[in-house]
Order: sequence, then structure tokens, then C-alpha cells
Amino acid sequence: MKASLSWLKAYIDIRMDVGRLADRLTMAGLEVETVEDRYAYLETVVVGRIGAVQKHPNADRLVVCTVENGTEAVPVVCGAPNVRPGMLSALALPGTELPSGMKIAAGNIRGRLSEGMLCSEAELGLGPDASGIMELDGGLEVGAALNRALNLSDPVLEIGLTPNRPDCLSIMGIAREIAAFQGRRIRRPEIEMPAPEGPVHQLTSVEILAPDHCPRYAARVLEQVRVGPSPFWLRDRLMSVGLRPINNLVDVTNFVMLETGQPLHAFDFDNLAGRRIVVRTAREGEVFVTLDGKERRLNAETLMICDADKPVAIGGVMGGMNSEIEESTARVLIESAYFDPVSIRRTAKRLGLNTDASHRFERGVDPLGTVYALQRAALMMAELAGGNLVEGYIDVNSGLEGPQPLELGVAATNRLLGTRFDAGRIAGLLRSIEFVAEPRGEDTVEVRAPSFRVDISRPVDLMEEVARLAGYDGIATTFPSIAPTGREPDRRRDCRDKIRSLLTGMGFSEAINYSFISRDSCDRLRLAPDDERRRQLPLLNPLTEDQAVMRTSLVPGLLETVSRNFSRQVNQLRLFEVGKIFLSRGTDSLPEEPEMLAGVMTGPRWEAPLYCREAECDFFDIKAAVEGICAGLAIEKVGFTAVEDDACRYTQPGQSAWVFSGAKRLGLVGRVHSKVSRQYDLKQPVFIFDLDLERLLEVIPQQRIAAPIPRYPSTSRDITLIIDREIEARAILEQLDGMGEELIDDFYLFDVFEGKPIPAGKKSVSIRIVYRSGEGTLEDEQVNRLHEAVGRRLIETFKASVPA
Amino acid sequence: MVQLSIDKILKQAEEELARIGDPDGIRQLQVKYLGRKGLVTKFLRGISSLPADQRPAAGKRANEVKKQLEAEFAAAGRRLEEALEATERLDVSLPGRGVLPGSLHPVTQVSAEICGIFTRMGFDVVEGPEIETDYYNFEALNIPRDHPARDMQDTFYISDNIVLRTHTSPTQPRVMEKQPPPVRMVAPGKVYRCDSDLTHTPMFHQVEGLLVDEGVSFGDLKGILTAFVHQMFGPRTSLRFRPSFFPFTEPSAEVDIRCVICHGKGCRVCSQTGWLEILGSGMVHPAVFENVGYDPDKYTGFAFGMGVERIAMLKYRIDDIRKYFDNDYRFLRQF
Repeated sequence: MKASLSWLKAYIDIRMDVGRLADRLTMAGLEVETVEDRYAYLETVVVGRIGAVQKHPNADRLVVCTVENGTEAVPVVCGAPNVRPGMLSALALPGTELPSGMKIAAGNIRGRLSEGMLCSEAELGLGPDASGIMELDGGLEVGAALNRALNLSDPVLEIGLTPNRPDCLSIMGIAREIAAFQGRRIRRPEIEMPAPEGPVHQLTSVEILAPDHCPRYAARVLEQVRVGPSPFWLRDRLMSVGLRPINNLVDVTNFVMLETGQPLHAFDFDNLAGRRIVVRTAREGEVFVTLDGKERRLNAETLMICDADKPVAIGGVMGGMNSEIEESTARVLIESAYFDPVSIRRTAKRLGLNTDASHRFERGVDPLGTVYALQRAALMMAELAGGNLVEGYIDVNSGLEGPQPLELGVAATNRLLGTRFDAGRIAGLLRSIEFVAEPRGEDTVEVRAPSFRVDISRPVDLMEEVARLAGYDGIATTFPSIAPTGREPDRRRDCRDKIRSLLTGMGFSEAINYSFISRDSCDRLRLAPDDERRRQLPLLNPLTEDQAVMRTSLVPGLLETVSRNFSRQVNQLRLFEVGKIFLSRGTDSLPEEPEMLAGVMTGPRWEAPLYCREAECDFFDIKAAVEGICAGLAIEKVGFTAVEDDACRYTQPGQSAWVFSGAKRLGLVGRVHSKVSRQYDLKQPVFIFDLDLERLLEVIPQQRIAAPIPRYPSTSRDITLIIDREIEARAILEQLDGMGEELIDDFYLFDVFEGKPIPAGKKSVSIRIVYRSGEGTLEDEQVNRLHEAVGRRLIETFKASVPA
Repeated sequence: MVQLSIDKILKQAEEELARIGDPDGIRQLQVKYLGRKGLVTKFLRGISSLPADQRPAAGKRANEVKKQLEAEFAAAGRRLEEALEATERLDVSLPGRGVLPGSLHPVTQVSAEICGIFTRMGFDVVEGPEIETDYYNFEALNIPRDHPARDMQDTFYISDNIVLRTHTSPTQPRVMEKQPPPVRMVAPGKVYRCDSDLTHTPMFHQVEGLLVDEGVSFGDLKGILTAFVHQMFGPRTSLRFRPSFFPFTEPSAEVDIRCVICHGKGCRVCSQTGWLEILGSGMVHPAVFENVGYDPDKYTGFAFGMGVERIAMLKYRIDDIRKYFDNDYRFLRQF
């Protein structure tokens, strides 16, 4: 909502500078977002002295004059009849934008250079005179900016109103707020209210067939109006808040709407069939052309203002082409109505049509201000368009009332606010904004809100007013007494935090990708038709196709992030993300929202290039990250098994593994499939892990029990087996584990080798076995015997040989 | 004779030791004299073939020699190693070998910082679903259908009844439905709005807060939020509580802090106002209490909510909100 200071001053004397005013309004809950001087465009319009005036060689009606602009004399082409040497006038310099929207540029006019434009009062928006260029007082300083030279200043406040304050969608409403902190009442224009009876009832009628949508409709008729431009003062008022004047009748409806907050509509009375108004809802599918020339398809919920035959306006939203005020209009019907906020809002939303009128109606106009605004407009029209008011007015009101009286408890108010106001203080504050407030004893104030305060319905609404009017600053800062609680630790959050710190420790940085991805992401990941991640949840109103469905995997977002970084030449990446995915259970139910943990790794293994010539990270680097997470979370029985070909279609067969804890599958680790890499334009190998945080949570032990440190020394023996290369090293380790040999304390791979002298199709696997007893130091002989036995069993099981 | 021979071995060993200049040579001497086939060892083994009366003296002497040589070899070895170490020079300007730690997303860090401040003041941390029913996102919060307050937030819809939550506020009714007062909680999380431009991303993060008990006042709201601002932005940060409107609180207040960039002089970041809006707050609306079955005559409370990205922008001077979800590695690693 825009309000110019000059217009506000029509209702209240403002006794503070505009900066202070803006601050006070903001602190009263009317946030002043900007303050701009409406004459700022005059900064580049200067007082110019006209020197020589010569006929334009190529145009009869134009002259070329030399104009002093304060620094130099410039040529300006002018067509005004009153231009003459020695005269001071307004010169708009190149770059100026005039109120009409016209932009001044240096240019060539019929072969002559013109560096600016000499302007009329009308062109500058400073007055009605368009007959010639502005004649300025000879005493003004040449070159001075016109706003300073003429002392023109009118700050315009742009106020960001919250939806609960439709009463301030009017200049008078804002003036009332100023009045509250200035301690004065506003000057409301006093008008004589008409008597309802009169010939208007013979001339026309209003019939409301949809009282739920339109509880009140008032109208007056004017005859013998002359449609024409409004007087300058009226146009100036409208322009001061950015509205373009149209004609005197329309301008009056706009003026009164801005002044009072009540939207009005003017119909050409002679275009109304049957000369009457019928208020009804539209027929399903009915088509109507609105004032903006657009065809609108309506539904049965749309409120229409109709004449005897046809709709003439979408009630409360926009008028129609067929009853628009035209130059030939001689009789006019003024509408002032109260439309149901919900009805108007639905229609405006559905049609995507947010107008000044619908904006006010959907927030709620003053239910008792209908006739005041009607009369204000009628009187102004009669004065400005020379019309003749038909006596009487129509007011069909299905029982619309103002706010009900409320009892405000003083103690309750003080308890909520933390204040110590007495009944008198509270009543005084409320009265300052035109509430009727009477203390009844010490603990009660009886309050009736004014009818324009449609937001007041319960005592807490009054408490807010009290707080706001007293000023939040004045309420003392206190602290609530807080008893300690014993909520249990949140395992999920703790686990997430732990994972974050583990992964950052391993060099991974956290990414956060959008929760929505493109519809084809499942295809790009090559997911099988029955993959549960195909249970996508689409948005009804996505912003872009790239963000059309909720993600069912963290992988697409991460791969896109990798791709984006590659395109910026960042090729060494370790990234992870922890977040929710969304698996649809149908669009009418809430989806599953399991949390996932995924990471990617690509490029050189080490930070410093010095140590990593040729050392690109591979499967085992990303596997180490997963092992690190599992170890850090103390997850037991962690295992990795090769992913069967095509069981996971976004990782490369032969280079990916399922991650298990016991029999529970936690997720996947591996190299991104080359076909997926191409989809995401990944020009180098990328390794990922994709883990299910819900499953991780299930396998994290609740408790950790410290194992004793061995008291006796261990003895190690190595064994090298030559086995078929298809046999996984894991199989040997599992075999060892399965032996259940008490004295085997530990074992690990220390070498895997293929190639000469190992025969083709075979590989050598070297394992170190650590023997230890809990009872005492082992004898060499005992260990040798055991180791030989273990070796024999392995050789048998895996049909292995030993190196020569 | 035997005596002489062992002393000769000693003398010879000492002469050879004197000529050795590297640790390897000492190891060789050790083998030569003290190894399994070394001269001293051999001599010791030979003692048994000596006449019985000579054996004790020879044995004693040989063991003395052995100990002496062991000590001398060790001392010489240490000397040489130390000398060698003293000459070793690394180019310490070369980089370390390994992986530097990664970093947490700035949103994660700031969200944790905010939650940390409140948990230290006795608030619990809770979370809620990111996809919500219309009821929890709007109705329960006193935002009926067809109310203009719905325009305050552009909503992504899954269906007529299911929305991406537009704020973390649905955690308020969800928590209150589950537990009786007192309630003290903060709820961090992702929220979604159908809006994308220089200053808006369609997804962002909020931290919600709620405190409900008997006798909680607007003054308490001011106290807790002032304490928060002072911890988050420094104890000398000025702040102001400005009347505003949220359907689920009344009275409602926006909290502004003195611009951290210009300190109130007016700059681009604060749109020349000198103030930065950092959170919305208010006393829980009685209608919300009624919806969750709390007695509004008995209990009062306050709620607040803040945007994490906005606070992170101020903290780290990030100039473009879209950087958060672009995930440029060079951006992420700065935090």
C-alpha cells in the first residue's frame, strides 16, 4: 500500500519528519518498506534559459532553440507556441523519465540535434496546463534541479501490510494509525448522508440471489453526467500513489477506494438491460469478457453482477467490457457492496486475477462503510462530472453487522504480556484507535471495535492492540522459569552427527541438494521397473521440469553436483549428503520419508599432487570410507559381497558391493556405471556409496563393552596360497573365521598377486595368521603344528597349491 | 695362551671398530665377533675342550670380553646413528601426505549453532515430516483454507490435501498433540516454497521454537529471544521487537537486529534501514491451543521461527542464497 505524505496530510497534521513517521508506523506494525520522493524524477529536469530561437529548417511547427542548462548551452527542438528568447522553462535532460512513462533521450528530430526536452506543466505532472512549455519565475537559478527550485517534495511511503489489517488499505486507515501515536483524531470528510427513499427505486432495482456471496449491495444513480478528464488535483492524488487517471467517473471510484478502502464500481446505466442489477452466481462454463479484454471461463462458484439478461461484472474482482464507462456515458450506476471474502478469494485465485478490489474484498472491507463510500463517490461525481443525483439509494443488506462487544480481562492481559497496565490505561490505548472502551471495575474493560477492524473477534486480538499501542519496547524483558526435563538422547540425531564428523574426518565435505529432482532421474539411474525408488511423488506445481518430483534417492542430486563441479574444472571431490528421500504411498497420503546417506569420491587420492601422480582413487578408497563409517559407529559383522551383474543398475558390475551387517543389507558401494556416467556427463570414474540410514540405526549397538587387552605375546605365521582367481579373498577369511580355532587371534591379507610366475587363471593370496593364547606364551612348536594343520585345511578347501 | 687369544680378539675387534664409519659396518663386526659363528662365540664354545683348571678363568674372561664388545659396539652404533641423523635434512616446505578434513555445510553448522543455543537454555530438539497434511501445515495453525494469510507462503502441492511444508511450524501442533505442557522445543528442518529468484530458493531451512507453560508472557519471549540474539550475534547486538502478524501467534513480533554490515548506518544488505529482520515470533494463538486440546485459559506460550540460510548469510557474508544448493566444492570447503 502506497501513501503519499501530501494525501495523508488531508486527514491529519503530521508533526514529525518523514523518517520519524516511517519509524513510528513500522513500530506500530505497519512496516514502511521504502520512502521515495515522488518528485525524484525532477532531479534531472533543470531550470533552463532559452536563448536564440530559430525556425526548424525541416518542420513548420518546430523551432530549434539554444537552452542554457547551467553548464552549457545546448540545442533543443521544441514545438510549443509560447517558446521565446529569454524565457525560463523546464528542461528535461536526457535520461529523465516523465510521469507518463516517456523517457527523454538526446536525439535527432527531423535532422536537428535535440539534447533534452522543454516540458509543459502537464508533461511534468505538476499541473493541468498542457498548452505550452512551463513558464518559470525569472528569479530562479538557471541549472537548478526543478524539485529544489520549486521546493517540490512529496515522500511516498510504501507500506507492507500484513493480511490482518485491511483497514489500512486506505489512506484514511493509515492516517488513523498516525493519529493514534500523535494523540489526535483524523479529519474524516464530513458528508451529508442521503435518505434512502426516492425516485431511484422506480428507476432501478437490485436483487441478490446469492446472499452468501454478497451480503450487502448498495447503489445510486446519476444522470446527465459528462465524462471527461478529472481536475488536476484528483489526477494528482491518484498519480501520487502510482495510479494512472482514466476519466472523472472512474477516477472518483478509485479515489474513494483509496481514501476509504471500499472498492466501488461504476456501470454505464444505459448499458444495463432492464436497467437493473441481479447478483447471482455464474453458470458452470459461462464465458465473460473482463475490462482487460480477456475472456474468462466461470464456474458455479463465481459471483456475477448481472443486469436483466447478462453478467456485467465479476463481483468484487473486475468489471466487464460490456458496461464500461465510455465517453458517451450519460447515466451511471455506482455500486458499493460487501462481498464475502472467501468467495472473492476463490474467484480471484482461480482466475489468477488479483485486482485492487479483490485484494480488499478478500481481506474484508468495512461492513458498515458501504453507504458512506457510496455517498462520497456520488457527491464527488455530481460535482466533477456535472451530474444530477437521482434521489434515494438502494441498500440490500442481509443482516451484516459490525464487531460484537468484547470483555477484556485486565489481569489476563497483563499475564499474557508481562505488563502492569490498569483498566484505565488499557481503555485509553484502545480509544486512541477509535475503539469504544469502558472500564467496568478493576479487572474488565468493555470494548467495541470499530466496524472497519474486521480482524478483531476475541480478547486476544485486543491484547495485541494494547501491546502494539503501548509499544513492544516498553514491555520488560523477563525469563520463564524452566524446570529441567529428562528427555532421552535422540539416537537419530546423534547418529547423524557422528556420521557427519566421521566423514568430514575422512575428507568428505557435506553437500545439500534440492529434495526435488527431474522426473527422468529413475531412468537415468537405469532403475528396474519394479524398483521401489520408482514410487515417485510428483509436485502439482513444480517450478521447473528439473524439480518436478520428490527425490527417491540421493544419488541423482550428488551426481549432478559432481557434474557441475567437473564443468568448473573441479575434478577432485569427496562429497556426502545425509537427508530424506520420499517414497510415495499415493498422493492422498503422507509418503515414507526414510533418511539416506550417500557419498561420492573422484579424482586423485591425496590432497597434494606431489604424492599422487597417477594415484587416482578407486573402489577401495570409497570402500574405506564405508568401513570407516561402520567402524566409527561400532557396527559389527560388517561384510561386503559382490553385486551380481545388473542387480544394481547404476553401479558397474564387478566393481560394486553390497554392504552388510550380519544379514542386514545396509546399502551399496561401487563405481558409477559407465552408462549412468554418460547420462550425467561424468568424464572420469566416480565412486559412490549409498546407505540406508534407517538400517544403520538398527545395527548400531546400544552399548559398547570394552574387550580386555591381551596379556601374553602373539606369534605370527604367514601362508601363501595359489588359488583360482574367481575365489574371493573373503572366502578364505571366512573359512579361517569359521574354523573356530581358539588360538587364532587375528588374520589378515597382506598380499594378493596375479601374473608371472603365477599360472594364468590363478592368483596368489598371502595371509598372516596371528596366534595367541589367553593363558600364557605359546611355544614355537605348538604354533608350528597348529599353523600346518590350518594350512592343510585351507589347501584342501580351496584346492590351492603353495608356491614352490 | 687362551687368555692371550681372547685378549687378542678384543684388541683386534677394537682396532677394527675404530676404523668403522657407518652403522652397517658395525652390524658386520657384531656378526664377526658376537654372531653365532663369531670369534668370541667360537672361543666360548672352545672352552669346554680346555683343561679343567683353566676353564673358569677363560670363561670368566671371555664373558667379560663379550660384554665389553657388546657395550662398545652399541655405543659406537649410537654415535654413528646420531651423527648420521644430524646430517639428515628434509625439505619441510613440501606438503603433508594425506587427506585434509572435509567440511560441514554452512546450513548444517548454523542450524546446529542455533539449536545448541536453545538446548543450553533447556529446549529439546525435535523433528517432523517434510511433507505435511494441509491440516498440520495450515489448519491447525489457524490458517484456514481461503484465508489471505495463505498468500504469505507460496505452497508446493502434492495434492489438494498434501503439501510440502512451507515452514517448520507444523512441528508445534504435532508435538503438543503428543505431550501435555510444559513444552520446550526447537525443530530444525527443510521447508519448501514455490518461489525462486535472487533472494529465494524453493527449498530452505528453518528452526522453529516453542515454549508452553503456565504463566509464560510476552516479556519471557523477549527475554529468551534477546538471549539468543546475544549469543548468536554477540552480546552488544541491538535488537528490536516489531509488531507483525502470523495467524498462529498473537501478539506477533518480528525481531530485527542492527545491521551487522553497516551497524545501522544503512547499506544495501539492510535496504538502508539499518535493521535486519532475522526471526518471527509471537504468543501462541489460543485457537492453536484449542486445536491441540490445551486449555488456553491455563497455558500460555510463545513460538518463533527463523531462516537458517539468512542467518548464515549474515554470519559468513554470503551474498547469494543460491550458492547454498549449488554445492560448488570451492564454496563448501570454506566452512
